[in-house]
This record gives sequence, structure tokens and C-alpha cells, in this order.
Amino acid sequence: MQVKKILLVGNPNVGKSVIFSRLTGVSVIASNYPGTTVEFCRGCVGSGENKIDVVDVPGTYGLDPTSPAEKVAVEMLDKAIDEKNSIAINVVDATNLERNLNLTLQLLKKNIPVIIVLNLWDEAKHIGISIEVEKLQKILGVPVIPTVAITGEGVKTMVDRLQEAKKGKYLYENAERWHEIGNIVERVQVIRHKHHTLTERLSDLTVHPWTGIPIAIGVMYVVFTIIRFIGEGLIGYIFEPLFEKLWLPIMMAFSRVLGSQGIIHNILIGQLIDGEIDFGQSFGLLTTGLFVPIAAVLPYIVAFYLVLSFLEDSGYLPRLAVLLDKLMHSVGLHGMAIVPMMLGLGCNVPGALGTRVLESKRERFIAATLMAIAIPCMAQIAMIFGLIGKYGARGLFPVFGTLFVVWFVFGILMNLVIKGESPEIFTEIPPYRFPYFGALLKKLWMRIKWFLKEAIPFVLLGVLVVNLLHSLGIIEFFGKIAAPIITKLMGLPLEAVGALIIGFLRKDLAVGMLAPLGLSLKQLIIASVVLTMYFPCVATFAILLKELGIIDMIKAAVIMIVSAFLVGSILNLLL
Amino acid sequence: MTTIDLSQMKAGQTGKIMSFDGGRGLVKRLESMGIRCGVQITKVSGQIMRGPIIVRVGNTQVAIGFGMARKILVGID
Ligand SMILES: Nc1nc2c(ncn2[C@@H]2O[C@H](COP(=O)(O)OP(=O)(O)OP(=O)(O)O)[C@@H](O)[C@H]2O)c(=O)[nH]1
Ligand SMILES: [Mg+2]
Repeated sequence: MQVKKILLVGNPNVGKSVIFSRLTGVSVIASNYPGTTVEFCRGCVGSGENKIDVVDVPGTYGLDPTSPAEKVAVEMLDKAIDEKNSIAINVVDATNLERNLNLTLQLLKKNIPVIIVLNLWDEAKHIGISIEVEKLQKILGVPVIPTVAITGEGVKTMVDRLQEAKKGKYLYENAERWHEIGNIVERVQVIRHKHHTLTERLSDLTVHPWTGIPIAIGVMYVVFTIIRFIGEGLIGYIFEPLFEKLWLPIMMAFSRVLGSQGIIHNILIGQLIDGEIDFGQSFGLLTTGLFVPIAAVLPYIVAFYLVLSFLEDSGYLPRLAVLLDKLMHSVGLHGMAIVPMMLGLGCNVPGALGTRVLESKRERFIAATLMAIAIPCMAQIAMIFGLIGKYGARGLFPVFGTLFVVWFVFGILMNLVIKGESPEIFTEIPPYRFPYFGALLKKLWMRIKWFLKEAIPFVLLGVLVVNLLHSLGIIEFFGKIAAPIITKLMGLPLEAVGALIIGFLRKDLAVGMLAPLGLSLKQLIIASVVLTMYFPCVATFAILLKELGIIDMIKAAVIMIVSAFLVGSILNLLL
Repeated sequence: MTTIDLSQMKAGQTGKIMSFDGGRGLVKRLESMGIRCGVQITKVSGQIMRGPIIVRVGNTQVAIGFGMARKILVGID
């Protein structure tokens, strides 16, 4: 048979995405918690006649889906069964043979050739589990290959044996499935008794409430400190000097060539401030347009994703989810909703996609709306740090404290008002793993590339639009219309309308637009909060629209706009 | 042997799953994670204020909401 398509099927968190990347060379995110992949991803191996499509699908425990992510998996499988020349690579966690075989036996009843990969073979060995591969192969009647996806061990053998994939012949009654699994496991697996390992002890400490909560607070503090340290360090020692010492003279020369004024000059270089270029305020494509994404935001993106990747790969996130479960329940979610929230802190787009791991529509609506309202993305946070950071806690605390209160209060309200109940947490807690440095850097690089690709075009477009709006007098026009709300209620100058308009495109640039306005600290705080809350940026909006549907998106948008102006006005009264 | 529900177990205690006090859907979900009648289950930890409970079944650790945990009946020696 000429294989045309390979589907990677398996339980969550067994290494499917790592194998996918190895097979295809296409980078996808892999992390140590169930539910990393929520959307299928395609790639291919070989070329020409021998080209094979490879599909990485979300993990699933069985073939009756319980969440949208699992539904995607089952749909992909059904589609592959209908198409001819498809095979399934069933990725099995060798450290959890029994539980994984449940899906395997279901898969073997489907009309698709299967090949089994016993992944995490290194870990199985490490904890004293040995599996007789030959025997398992004979029992199940399909090829079984041990692999260590993360180092690539066994992957070549797997590729060489793809042709041997066979349809399952293992016959059993569905009601007897677990019984059969028990028999198989007994025949092929030997477990040597092992003492508590260090990581197991650490695992216990981090989930027991009396030790876990102080540790969680400590971890969050360290995370925050490291992000600021790396972010500020990169800006202060690398990116700002690069712009000030290298780029500035070039731009000044260019500015003189252009005659220091005129339309072209204003678009490319922007306004000169006292005869000089100011990267924060000039608002030209080559000045502010490059400075904002590269020098002001990128360093924090690097810092944030470095730390997040470490948290993801170590396996800490599901434990944090357990500790915060109660808190999340008061807003109608369960602990695992911290995953999309954390992803949202990096960028709301993956955050919105990440809500797919939540089981009910109600939860997904609450999670997506809360994230869009109260979770600023790292790009925006970086700009807020740049603008307000110099005031220290006096400036930053009111901004982030308010957003947290908003998150909490609106969560409680939505939980009260929206009908239905939210399901409880029910999730696998993977073992702690020491992150592989190479894998970590690869993931970081992927996210940086993604950021640059998303951010730079939008920021440049934003700068262009700002210039256009200014020269056409549109900002002033809208400023006058919105004056009652903007000035009277929220105490901001009319020009702040410009930031609200640009905020649809990019929030970081919108915060940047506040810089030249000479706002007081109070105004900066209000503007930062309102810019976070009032509406998602286009990229997030597009994803939310797809995930929530148009009706729920309208509801969410109304909540956002109303609450933003409400909170802005309250802050104006209180501060 | 006495039968108690999972939430009543102490951290570190091990028992055998006897039955589930819930519908077909619940049983199916639990089963798909290897939590089914007859297997050994160890409570790893509970949280204050009826937070989730972590159990170990085989080599898997699973976090289970308090309400769900109450529907899992465990036999203790
Ligand atoms: N030690 C070890 N770690 C591995 C191996 N394969 C994968 N991992 C790690 O296991 C974790 C899960 O890998 P993923 O590829 O994200 O798993 P997945 O099956 O795609 O998970 P979902 O997308 O959630 O279904 C990651 O942290 C990997 O680095 C392996 O063979 N050995
Ligand atoms: Mg994956």
C-alpha cells in the first residue's frame, strides 16, 4: 500500500507533537501538560510521488469526545478512515501502558492500519517499568516500536516500518475491554519496585495545600522578577543602545536627506521633537514603527516565553491548576482554565484557542471573555512598563490590581448570571520533567518568530494609520464626538481617542500613543486599564469570533465596552 | 473492610475502588483515565475547602473535583 496520510493518535501528553516535529520538521508547541495541542496541524514527509501528509491531532483518552479538542481528534480519525491509504501511528505512553491501551484497543477496531509507538521509553526504564515489545507486538498483531521522541531514538525505525502498519485483528467484547487490557498488561509488563524519587517528592510538596500555596506564591514572585530582570536587561543593555547608537544616526542622516519635513518624511521618520528623532514619540515607520515591536516589546516577549516554556515543560502548570481550582470556581471555571489565562498573558490569540480544553460552552465563553477583558498581552504589558514603570509600584499596582479585581468581579457576575453549571476539574497530573534545553530554545524561537511575524506588519500598519488619521483630522473629529465619555467621565484628553482607535490594531502601539500626550500618572493608569479592557485587538477578535460564534461574540463585546467605560469612570472618581 | 468515598480518605491512604455513585457518563470518563472498579487507588492529597483531590491509579496521577470524588466509593481494610 502506498501510504498517503499519517495520523498521530494517542492520549494527551504522550509526545505526539514531538514526534510530529521530528517526522516533518514542522515546529509545533509541545508542553508537559495534557491539552497542549487543541487544533490539528499538518506537515509532510518525503516528496513527489512518495509525499505523505502527517497530521498531529489533539490528545484523547477515548473515542467518545468530552471536549472540543477531543472532538477535533475523533473527527480527524473518522476522516482519515474514509480516505484510502491512511494509517494511524498510535503514540502510547510506556509509563502508563494500561490506561493508554484503552484507546489502542478502540483504535484497533477501526478500519485503519495501525502502528504503535511506545514513547517515553527512557522514563519507563528510569522508573523501573519494562515491557516486552515482541510479545506485545504478537498479541496485538501490529508493529510496536519503542521510542524516545525527545532525543529521536527509535524514530527512524518507526519511519522504516511504516509500511508494516496493519488493521487490528485483536477481537474482544467491548464490555470486556478493561479485562482484556489487564490480561495483556500482565503478560508483557514487569514493574520493579521503586522508591520515591526526588521529583515525586517535589510533586507531593507542590500539591499539598500547606506547602503548595507558599511554593506557588514563591514561584510567581520569582517568575515575575525574572521576567522584569531579563526584559529590562535586554532593553537597557542591548536593544536601546542598538537603536540610540546605531539606528539613530542613520535615521537622522536620512531625515536630513529628506529635508526634515514633508509627507514622505513624516511617514518614514515622523515628527522631529526639538529637531531630534524621538523613537517613542516621532511616529514614523522607520522610527517608532520599528522601535516599539523590536526594542520595547520583543525583550519582554523573550523573557516571558522563556519563563513560560520552563513552567510548561517542567509540569508545574497542572499543579498550579489544582491549587487555584477553588479561586477559578468562583468565576465559573475550573483550575485548568489557568492554562489559557497564562497563554493569554503572552498573547491573547493562543489564549483564546487554549479555551478549547474546557469542556462546556459556558466555561469557554466565561474564560474567553475574562481573558479578553482583563488579561493584557505581554506586548501591551511591556509598553505599560515602559510608560509607567518609572513610578514603580505606585503606578503599576493600580493598573494590574484593578485588572485583577475586574477579572474577579466580572467572573463572579458572569458565573451568577449565565445559566448552567461548570464542570469540575478532572485532569491528569503529569510527572515533573526536567526541561530539555534544546526543546526549550526551539519553542522560544518559534514563539519569537511568530511574534515578529504578527507584530511588525500590524505595528507598521498602525503607524501608517495614525499618520493618516492625524493628517485627515479624524482623531480630532472622533475626539469631539466621544468627548463626554473620554474627558468628562474618564478624565482623559481628547487625543486619547487616537489610542482607542489604534488599539483595535495593536494594543502595544496604542499604549505607545499615550507617550506624547504628557498625561499625568492618574491619566496613564486609567488609559492603560481602559485600553486593556475595551475591546480585543483584531487578531484576537478574529479568533474569538471563530471560537464563540457571532452571537456570543457580540455579547462579549458589549460586556467589554460597557465595563471598560464603567471602570475608567470609577477610577477617575477614586484616584 | 469498610467502604468510604474518596473525599473521606486520608492523604497517603490506599484502597480498592468498589463502585461509582453516578451516571454512565461519569463512569465512562473516569474509566478512560484508568479509574474503574477493582483497581487500587491511593489518595495523594486533598485541598482545603473542598478543593480537588489528587489520586494515583497505576502510574497516573489524576486531579478530581471534590464533587466527583464523593461519587467514587472505595473499600478500605
Ligand atoms: N523524557 C521524555 N520526554 C518526552 C518524550 N516525548 C515527549 N516528551 C515530553 O513530554 C511532553 C509532552 O509532549 P507533547 O508532544 O506536547 O505531547 P502531546 O501528545 O502532543 O500532548 P497533547 O498535545 O496535550 O495531546 C513534553 O514536555 C515533551 O518534551 C520522551 O520520549 N521522553
Ligand atoms: Mg500535542
